[in-house]
Amino acid sequence: MDYLHQFVFGIYPYIALAIFLLGSLMRFEREQYSWKSESSQLLHRGSLRLGNILFHLGIIGLFFGHLVGLLTPVAVWDALGVSHSFKQGFAMTMGGIMGTLCLIGLLLLLSRRLGNDRLAANTTWRDKLVLLWILATLVLGLSTIFVSAQHMDGHEMVLLMTWAQHVVTFRGDAAQFIVDASPVFKAHLFMGMSLFVIFPFTRLVHVWSGFGAVTYLGRSWQLVRPRR
Amino acid sequence: MKIRAQIGMVLNLDKCIGCHTCSVTCKNVWTSRDGVEYAWFNNVETKPGIGYPKDWENQDKWQGGWVRKPNGKLEPRQGGRLKILANVFANPNLPAIDEYYEPFTYDYEHLQNAPEMITPPTARPVSVLTGKKMDKIEWGPNWEDDLGGEFSKRSKDALFEGIQKEMYSAFENTFMMYLPRLCEHCLNPACVASCPSGSIYKREDDGIVLIDQDKCRGWRMCVSGCPYKKIYYNWTTGKAEKCIFCYPRIEAGQPTVCSETCVGRIRYLGVLLYDADKIEAAASVEDPKSLYEAQLGVFLDPNAPEVIAEAKKQGIPDAWLTAAQNSPVYKMAMEWKVAFPLHPEYRTLPMVWYIPPLSPIQSALENGLVGENGIIPDVKDLRIPIQYLANLLTAGKEEPVVKALETMVAMRRYMRKKSVEKVVDESTLKGTHLKAAQVEEMYQVMAIANYEDRFVIPSSHKEMVENTFEDKASCGFTFGNGCSGGVSEPSLFGKKKASPIVFHDMRRDRKANAGG
Repeated sequence: MDYLHQFVFGIYPYIALAIFLLGSLMRFEREQYSWKSESSQLLHRGSLRLGNILFHLGIIGLFFGHLVGLLTPVAVWDALGVSHSFKQGFAMTMGGIMGTLCLIGLLLLLSRRLGNDRLAANTTWRDKLVLLWILATLVLGLSTIFVSAQHMDGHEMVLLMTWAQHVVTFRGDAAQFIVDASPVFKAHLFMGMSLFVIFPFTRLVHVWSGFGAVTYLGRSWQLVRPRR
Repeated sequence: MKIRAQIGMVLNLDKCIGCHTCSVTCKNVWTSRDGVEYAWFNNVETKPGIGYPKDWENQDKWQGGWVRKPNGKLEPRQGGRLKILANVFANPNLPAIDEYYEPFTYDYEHLQNAPEMITPPTARPVSVLTGKKMDKIEWGPNWEDDLGGEFSKRSKDALFEGIQKEMYSAFENTFMMYLPRLCEHCLNPACVASCPSGSIYKREDDGIVLIDQDKCRGWRMCVSGCPYKKIYYNWTTGKAEKCIFCYPRIEAGQPTVCSETCVGRIRYLGVLLYDADKIEAAASVEDPKSLYEAQLGVFLDPNAPEVIAEAKKQGIPDAWLTAAQNSPVYKMAMEWKVAFPLHPEYRTLPMVWYIPPLSPIQSALENGLVGENGIIPDVKDLRIPIQYLANLLTAGKEEPVVKALETMVAMRRYMRKKSVEKVVDESTLKGTHLKAAQVEEMYQVMAIANYEDRFVIPSSHKEMVENTFEDKASCGFTFGNGCSGGVSEPSLFGKKKASPIVFHDMRRDRKANAGG
């Protein structure tokens, strides 16, 4: 196991998580005025509705798929009687469906954003960075399906799960489990982790608020702020 | 009984001359910034017309305001909480900026830099959105000014509901009126209810509805939720903005900028006391035509001893009670019943009220063109159809509007006799509910309209809720981010987007002035 591998998959996850959490916290605390979804719907609708709904449906599905799929201990699946190969097949299918929805949406959004005068004039490099970064990560993620299809025994998947679980439980030995993983997986992991790095510095912070907005479902209609 | 106070506004449309001074002074103070060039917290529309944004009164199209469900509960017309949340990705009811207008400036430089040519140079419009030349300006906040445009387009006006409108296309039958519009600072605001992040709120002490700029996430459900379309999305900051009722001025006891600068003296500001516990029931009455009366039932009599005692117990300052007793808004809305809420059928319980315009009726009367049927001419003889005004102010119920116009005609008749013929003739008030003393007071407030009669605004009692010593040397009013001072420097988290043109120079100036 070389130094670079140990750094990227053993140390970098913590750097990324630290930047993600502390960066979000700092921005929320210090620059909350800049915290927003940055909707461009007012200027141009175009294919926004179809594109944005597909994109968000897909990416939220992918997020929770990764969360549950990677972090649920293998023992739980074993106890439930879910075989590794079945889980791998399920993950590939669902990931494939969600990833495709997300990809179609993302391409619609990209073409809308870059193909319209008003949006082109009002798009920052950060907006482009986010879209392109997600695109690259997504394409890599979808490519792993073809890698996985070469071996349906679930072995590589379990290694990836072990890596993720060792990272979040601070075991320090996470990187060694994926030394032999396919380069496509490694590239996807790196891009995915880096998404968390750019997160606090881009419009991605609205993801926190999107989850926060769920509290709206239980809120009273009217809000009156009393005098301090 | 939960007593709250609100500074309400009345606009006397009978005196509005459509000069747009309110709009311009408001724009100069509040929206001469990037991203809100297209936004007019106050605009004046000529009616009949479809207005700004286009067709804003057509709620079948824009889905603003509330609907009463079969079970008697209210829900925003654009959907319940789950539907609103599901629509944050792409709001199906959000007007595009072209429904307001594409903000523009002119290529003035060309007038000075053009080479020698056969025809004089022109300054073509330049889009603020793209920085490119525009072929045509399509719309604006007063596009139909003084009946501009053809009748076939203007007559799409939703207020023609239930009216045979074709006859009003004839020149002899044409009519018009001005409608200045601003945020209604509703008792039951649909924007507040529509905000998934809870950033919009009503202030308890003066009823002003504000958007917390730090908490706004730009989900833009408030823009579609508001039936008056008086919330605007700032396309550079990504935050929603709205009329703030000039709260820094109101807090200091000064009228709003639009009211202060109104040359026709049509605007009134005063305190209304209301029972917050009655809001929901009043907004939920089944028949839309009863909503106007239901809203009157929410207001409390500031002269009733039990109201005064209870208000004092609940911490309403004495100065506010005195102001409520002298409130021109209370007098016009509650005592004289000449002012009405704008579109009560939206169930928002709006707090900016309107006195219907009278002048066309009066001139017709004096010319002997209409037969007198009692004190008010037959409804069919009026130049502005009563039904049209009722569709605007009372959800289509004509009686209250007729009564108000009758009251105003009686006042004119009485005062005309008094000042022209020098005769005090109380018989002119026969057949009405009016007394001479009340007519004199109405005349003073509505016709003379002295500054101190129009604006009865108690200053806010900040000393009761904050320690001013701790606030010394702190920042004043800002657009978010604490003490940013109006200049947003680039930071790790990005910098404020800016429109490609127009306000660049202003930004540079401000920065230079700030010593940056």
